[in-house]
Amino acid sequence: MYKNGPGKKANTNILLVTAFFSLLFVSMMGYLVYFVATNEQTLINNSYNSRQALLLSQNVRGSIYAADGTVLVYTSVEEDGTETREYLYGEKFAHVIGYSTYGRTGVEDQANYYLVHSNAPLNLRVVNSKANVKNPGDDVYTTLDVELQEAAFNALDGYKGAIIVTDVKTGKILAMVSMPDFDPNQIEELWPKLVENEEEGTLVNRVTQGLYPPGSTFKILTALEYIRENPDSWQNYEFLCTSYYEEQGSRINCYHGTRHGSINFEEAFSHSCNAAFAQIGMSLDEALFADTLKGLYFNQPLPVKFLYSQSSVVMGEEISANDMMQTAIGQGQTQITPLQLNMITAAIANGGTMYKPYVVDRVENCQGVVIKQFMPSSCGQVMTPEEAEALTMLMQAVVENGTGRGLSGLAYTVAGKTGSAEYSTIKGESHAWFTGFAPIEDPKICVTVIVESAGSGSDYAVPIAKRVFNAYFNK
Amino acid sequence: MQEYFVELSKYFITLAIAFYALESLLIFRLKQETQRSACYIRQICLLFLSQLLCFLTLYFRSKDREYLLFYMFIQVFMIAAVVLSPLIHEHINRGLLHNMCMLLGLGFVILSRLSLHRAMRQFFIVVVVFIIGMILSMIIAKLKFWYKLTWLYALLGISMLSTVLLLGNLTRGSKLSISLAGFTFQPSEVVKLIFILFLAAALYEDTSFKRIAVTAILAGMHVAVLAVSRDLGSALIFFVGFVFVVFVASGSYLYLGLGILGGCVSAVSAYYLFAHVRVRVLAWQDPFTYIDNQSYQITQSFFAITNGSWFGTGLYRGRPEAIPYVDTDFVFSAVCEELGVISGICLLLICLSCFVMMMRIGMESKDIFVRLAATGFGIIYIFQVFLTIGGGIKFIPLTGVTLPLISYGGSSVMATLLMFSLVQGLCIKEGEERNVYGRNTKKKRSQQDNVQKRTGKKS
Repeated sequence: MYKNGPGKKANTNILLVTAFFSLLFVSMMGYLVYFVATNEQTLINNSYNSRQALLLSQNVRGSIYAADGTVLVYTSVEEDGTETREYLYGEKFAHVIGYSTYGRTGVEDQANYYLVHSNAPLNLRVVNSKANVKNPGDDVYTTLDVELQEAAFNALDGYKGAIIVTDVKTGKILAMVSMPDFDPNQIEELWPKLVENEEEGTLVNRVTQGLYPPGSTFKILTALEYIRENPDSWQNYEFLCTSYYEEQGSRINCYHGTRHGSINFEEAFSHSCNAAFAQIGMSLDEALFADTLKGLYFNQPLPVKFLYSQSSVVMGEEISANDMMQTAIGQGQTQITPLQLNMITAAIANGGTMYKPYVVDRVENCQGVVIKQFMPSSCGQVMTPEEAEALTMLMQAVVENGTGRGLSGLAYTVAGKTGSAEYSTIKGESHAWFTGFAPIEDPKICVTVIVESAGSGSDYAVPIAKRVFNAYFNK
Repeated sequence: MQEYFVELSKYFITLAIAFYALESLLIFRLKQETQRSACYIRQICLLFLSQLLCFLTLYFRSKDREYLLFYMFIQVFMIAAVVLSPLIHEHINRGLLHNMCMLLGLGFVILSRLSLHRAMRQFFIVVVVFIIGMILSMIIAKLKFWYKLTWLYALLGISMLSTVLLLGNLTRGSKLSISLAGFTFQPSEVVKLIFILFLAAALYEDTSFKRIAVTAILAGMHVAVLAVSRDLGSALIFFVGFVFVVFVASGSYLYLGLGILGGCVSAVSAYYLFAHVRVRVLAWQDPFTYIDNQSYQITQSFFAITNGSWFGTGLYRGRPEAIPYVDTDFVFSAVCEELGVISGICLLLICLSCFVMMMRIGMESKDIFVRLAATGFGIIYIFQVFLTIGGGIKFIPLTGVTLPLISYGGSSVMATLLMFSLVQGLCIKEGEERNVYGRNTKKKRSQQDNVQKRTGKKS
């Protein structure tokens, strides 16, 4: 009947083709699942996506709470259906909570997906649909502590600058203040002015996006590298400070020309001796130092879920002597955010383990059923426990008999480091830094403060940090 | 009560589609037709259940009674298709028939959600073409002149495509369609079927180098005309169909390798020759950079799919109409948005089930023409689904072909229905010949003898 029937292998060929196309198809389905799982939450924020408006026409935007359940933000609905977003604490939470009317920032942006979706229970949805009322969006609980936030807000007292307070053992952000600030309730009226005075940076969250020269706080990293390279002999370090250090035609002066005399490593650190640290810097292996800095997220993306600026540092074998000395004392081209300095400090407090800072703790539906719980997550051991212990000891010395004495003799023990970061060529103009944690025996909170153009860290940043620590420990 | 139903229906719809998809795959475990009847009944129940749930939701959400009317028309059609066709053609592949109805049904749901008027128009075309298809199945099962029309197929195909190139309307930069007496018609859809018949007829008795070379030249002419018309999606489908049918016919890995190599060379040259290919590739690699222009459509598709998430927003609760040309190019994204990604994946599984069924019809036949035609249809079917879905989710660059049986478009649904009818015709022919063969060798059960008496005349 047939001129030639199918060969023996004929079915194998068809099977092969079937398998090939099925495989192609199944991998496409896999990709679809992956695509949805990874993009679901971010694409809703795209300004070209009209679903944002659609969801808000179906659900009332959810509320935002502090860790203890205090309402920070909610949407009030009037009888005629007019909705107003009420920011109950005004300026105090301006940057961390953000706003949602003129674009979105802060928690309003980060948790937008949850706030516009509703997981209201079925019976409520049915009742609402009958009454033609919108469903309540899901509520977001933050890690923020109202008292601490208010204390930090008052402590900064109108200075331009930033404060971040985190929980050492979890990475929870307890307070985050940036100044100058604004009232998110009036963002609409303020908008033209804010845009006009853009260089003021009122809308910028200085904690996460402000890039500053680290000043002497960078000596923490120089010290870490020196300890790493000389694990057995760093305590034998000795230096005679004559108020400056000179090598290869470059000269580094101590702050205000102070002459520290004969000092050891701990004294060099606690008195923030620039001359000693310039000399220490010159002794370091540039490639190893670059690795250490990379391990602490310098020049790297930070493992956080909110908007931030990436730090930058120049380090490597081709660095000049002058740049090396400048970088070692925290000047030069290095730039860091208060957020990242806080992460590094918290890692020291935590025996070398760094936690990812986070501000959204959980999402609940309108009846308090937890929809999503965020857990503390570690980004690994960034230094050994021995290194963390050594740095803690050095930072303790800063508070006991160095530049951080303003924090000694309190009911709790503090370890920290001050910094006075010169940001212009004019002498004496500097940002005041402090970063530290308490109590030393069992660290609980980590505080990082920067006050712009104020002066020295010990004079301006330390008293502010003290008020924040007091607010936490004298509850 | 009604509110509860509306709130929950999306989960039930997903469940019904998921169970159907499961049945459409599990049926491959059952080797004998007699074992499959329970599975068929479950499929039919799930088919009607999913239609009922979808249209009730559409009605409750829109309060438009026309949905109920449309639903009744669809049900009458489906009952006729599912119940009557197996009575007319005993050896019809019922699994394939049910899959086809399921896909058509989902298409009607999503199209009527987008535009009831257009869905009704589509329904009218489906009914007419389905009836023509039934007759076509009968012709292909009984008569064998199909085998002999080799060069006529090629001539017909190339001339139809050339007509479009010369006289066609320009749609979005490509020449795809011609207008005849008020109707716009896209010939490349039907030429796809003629092309597969051409390949099967050309290669079923002869796979010598000379024959394959002649076939390749003619196939190349099809592809070239399509490429010049800038219908690159169809050109790709024709090309892939050719390469794999030659492989099935010859079993030669050399030809397969040459074909794939040729494909890569043409893809690269198309990239450098055609500006709109470069635009597509650019929009694929980095859609959000060109969100204002080139990739506006695809990014809207992403928004739809991710907004739907796993269970969808529910019918009428999404915004699929935000995607330009959603009912032709991006109907899958609309399904994902309102019925959910799980339903979307189940829909793909049903498409895969159709493909495997066609390939099995080819595999089980001893007639090489049937083998080549059935596998050829299977390949171009699944490849077209792959192109349209993969393009809409950024798996591959966008080609702008329709989703068979679901997208809006008369030519597309007509061609796909005719393709299914042709495959059914091949299947019926095989079934009848097996029966004849069975009578000649060993006596089977008496009830089968009755059937054989009817069909016996032919042998």
